[in-house]
Amino acid sequence: MTTSSPYIGASVKRLEDRRFLTGTGRYIDDVKLPDMAVMAIYRSPHAHARINSIDLAAARAVPGVIDAFCAADIDMDLPVIPLRLAPFDGFERFLQRPIAQDKVRFVGEPVAVVIASDRYIAEDALDLIEVDFAPLPAVTSVDQAASGETLIHEDAGENMGTRYTVGRGDTDDAFSDAPYTRRERFTTNRHGAVPMETRGLIAEFDPDAPLLRLYGATKVNFFNRRHLAAAFDLPEEAVELIETDVGGGFGARGELYPEDYLVPIASRRNGRPVKWIEDRRENLTATNHSRDIVCDLEIATSNDGKILGMRATVQGDMGAYVRTNGGVVASKAAQFLPGPYRVPSFSCDVQFLITNKTPVGTFRGPGRFEANFCRERLLDMVAADLNIDPAELRLRNLMEPAELPYRIGELVPGDVNATFDRGNYPSALNQLLDEVGYADWKDRQGEIIDGRAHGLGIACFIESSAAGPPETARVTVAPDGNIEIRTGASSVGQGTETGLAQICADYLAIDIDRINVLHGSTTLVPTGGGTFHSRNTVMAGNAVRMAAEALRTRSIELAALRWNTDAGGLEYRDGAVHRGDDPGSILSLAELAAFARSRGPDEALAADAAFDNEGKLSYSYGAHAALVAVDVATGVIEVKKYVLTEEIGRALNPAMVQGQAVGGLVQGLGGTFLDHMIYDEDGQLLTGSFADYLLPTSTELPEITAIALEESPSEFNPMGFKGAGEGGIVAVAAAVGNAVVHALNAHGIQINDLPITPNRLRAALRATGT
Amino acid sequence: MTEQHHLTLTVNGRAHSCDVEPRMTLADCLREKLDLTGTHLGCEHGVCGACTIIVDGAAVRSCLMFAVQAEGAEITTVEGLADGETLSVLQQAFHDNFALQCGFCTPGFLTTAETILAENPSPTRAEVQSAISGNICRCTGYVPIIDAILEAAERRRAGKK
Repeated sequence: MTTSSPYIGASVKRLEDRRFLTGTGRYIDDVKLPDMAVMAIYRSPHAHARINSIDLAAARAVPGVIDAFCAADIDMDLPVIPLRLAPFDGFERFLQRPIAQDKVRFVGEPVAVVIASDRYIAEDALDLIEVDFAPLPAVTSVDQAASGETLIHEDAGENMGTRYTVGRGDTDDAFSDAPYTRRERFTTNRHGAVPMETRGLIAEFDPDAPLLRLYGATKVNFFNRRHLAAAFDLPEEAVELIETDVGGGFGARGELYPEDYLVPIASRRNGRPVKWIEDRRENLTATNHSRDIVCDLEIATSNDGKILGMRATVQGDMGAYVRTNGGVVASKAAQFLPGPYRVPSFSCDVQFLITNKTPVGTFRGPGRFEANFCRERLLDMVAADLNIDPAELRLRNLMEPAELPYRIGELVPGDVNATFDRGNYPSALNQLLDEVGYADWKDRQGEIIDGRAHGLGIACFIESSAAGPPETARVTVAPDGNIEIRTGASSVGQGTETGLAQICADYLAIDIDRINVLHGSTTLVPTGGGTFHSRNTVMAGNAVRMAAEALRTRSIELAALRWNTDAGGLEYRDGAVHRGDDPGSILSLAELAAFARSRGPDEALAADAAFDNEGKLSYSYGAHAALVAVDVATGVIEVKKYVLTEEIGRALNPAMVQGQAVGGLVQGLGGTFLDHMIYDEDGQLLTGSFADYLLPTSTELPEITAIALEESPSEFNPMGFKGAGEGGIVAVAAAVGNAVVHALNAHGIQINDLPITPNRLRAALRATGT
Repeated sequence: MTEQHHLTLTVNGRAHSCDVEPRMTLADCLREKLDLTGTHLGCEHGVCGACTIIVDGAAVRSCLMFAVQAEGAEITTVEGLADGETLSVLQQAFHDNFALQCGFCTPGFLTTAETILAENPSPTRAEVQSAISGNICRCTGYVPIIDAILEAAERRRAGKK
């Protein structure tokens, strides 16, 4: 319906940047309210212990301490943190309450809270809290958990959160007749989102109004509001979740956590605003971890490498409680194990095991990063065993365009309609192979250049996007002609304001500088879906498009009233309503907005819309390639070159899409080589600071080429968008793992475990006598 | 612990004075006492670089320095980089290169990069990579940040000719 689209598809500079570049952004810790107190949390130093007693007297006596409380002091039924996603039967036995009652189950679990006039005093007081713990044995592996020897939640009678089997076709048949099978165990390292800004909240709770206003909210504010209202026995409209600038989310931020209850409780107890800002040590133990799975994967193929079946056991280490993300990680790992390939039979035993570690949740590409690593590593082993080139093996098995759409079967319980939409998977791989010069490299695997062994690895992926409830938008024109977009979607720093403004500007045919985007807060729109699963551009973007389209219609209606004429003869173009070609007969949006307002206080030039994709997901897909150089003597790996292709339907803002791909890829290099939540046998986190928990830095960068393909627009929205936030990360460990193995083909090692560290690689090489 | 020290310092060309406890970090002093919240805290143990400011010409992690150590110092924070409404060459290059997403680490990168370019107006790509290796960014993958710093260096050299 647009005549031109100068903004959609252009690398429009970000509208958000100025405030971030000048230090005038407003992140949660930048918000200060009158009479605000500060909260700090005493967290369990034990992984598993009974609480015999808690003595807060000394803490309360510190000058400047306003209040201190523990579970016994809270005058309400402690709610459980709800399940938002993948709420499988059985999980209800393992939900967390905001503060420990008689037992702690992981290091970092809240035990007591101090409220003080400033953070220094609050932390002084934490040191004076006396808790008598009776330590219990810690469960720190899925095997230990499965044994059930030590129960973490005694009432459940087991440590198995839940367990199910999913599949399609007959794997028994496939495996019994198969000429070739191979089975391997893979593990992916527990790590997390670790955004640069830690979490933080400010609560203002006036029980008389009643009003609970919670600043620092993001991601799924309307879901969270509903549950907070229920927990505090308030009507929903008495709870306001306010979104500030957000310093990165990547899946972990904006879920309901214990602090989302404790900060309001603190405010209500003390009748004043209370702020809590997570410190980094807390962040590494209290914010959701992710990725921690063990996968036994078996494949059956014909002699020419055609996949006949796959069967697997996926064991997810859930940590001590099941939090809002439910079983997403392991269930999505299982669902995505077959990947974009023709896998006629598949079965998977999926187990969710409770351990004495930090609870898990989603991190960018949840389950996909893990599944791709396991499957793509195994495919390279198949290729080697059958003496088939790895790219050729993949091309023989990738689904062809004619096979799509493809119903993948009920690979997550209840998800009966999951369907890969149209696409051309071989095209994405072939373009990758061309770009990376695969034809040249495939016969040079293991080549020693300047003393280091070189290898090129490839991996394919498919990735769902834009699931979940409808998204909302309201577009309003002010009498000065400026336009405001409000949406229920959040921004976690990815450029939401810019992207939505681009769409609105094109559909209203106006200058983007006139647009202001407000997002996230529950005070802006009546409801909203939120921001996760690479959905903002698809869901909020289409809601804004629909609102803009409705606003054009509304403009014409208003112009018809103003001119006292029939709407049929009027046309909306160039940001105004035109009557024929008479240059004098034009009403601008500003004029129409002023006219609307003159008609009465409830009249405005505004339009609302909600976009619902009715569960029809768009799947992005593509391939990654890594070229590595390995120093055999030290085990040090350099990723020299990295290429990825990602089909995203249509790029709203190519520079921002590039930013997602490159940022995701570098995050993925961290997950492959560095990021690791290491626990000892007592359940103590050994990597609880940035000195120990390593993140990628600027010196470890390969030469990167990220190619966004726009060959297969989504059929499920008229702008053709698919999600573009996660394709950069999901196949990194897979491609790098394959590259390292190829580089070391003279030594015959395999990589089945992440992260790939020099120590582990040297140990593997030493075992071969190298 | 509540003994207060009177502190005077110059921040972004303006003289400030305040009373601080000896244990208060310079970062907290800037944020809480002077209300300059552009300086962000990402780890509070000197690793992430988000809180980097310029103290007497040197890039300093303000979480690792006590406010009282800044007595008499000349400090530049992110709020002092632009010239009124006009972004600095470096800020503009960050904008033009999509060198920020969530923006939380950006103040530390800008201040670090200012000191790099002051010391070495013509850095190589490798020198820039090395010089910002103590600053962590979780969003961008660093590539556009490096591009932006190199482009700013070039624009500044061209501007001086």
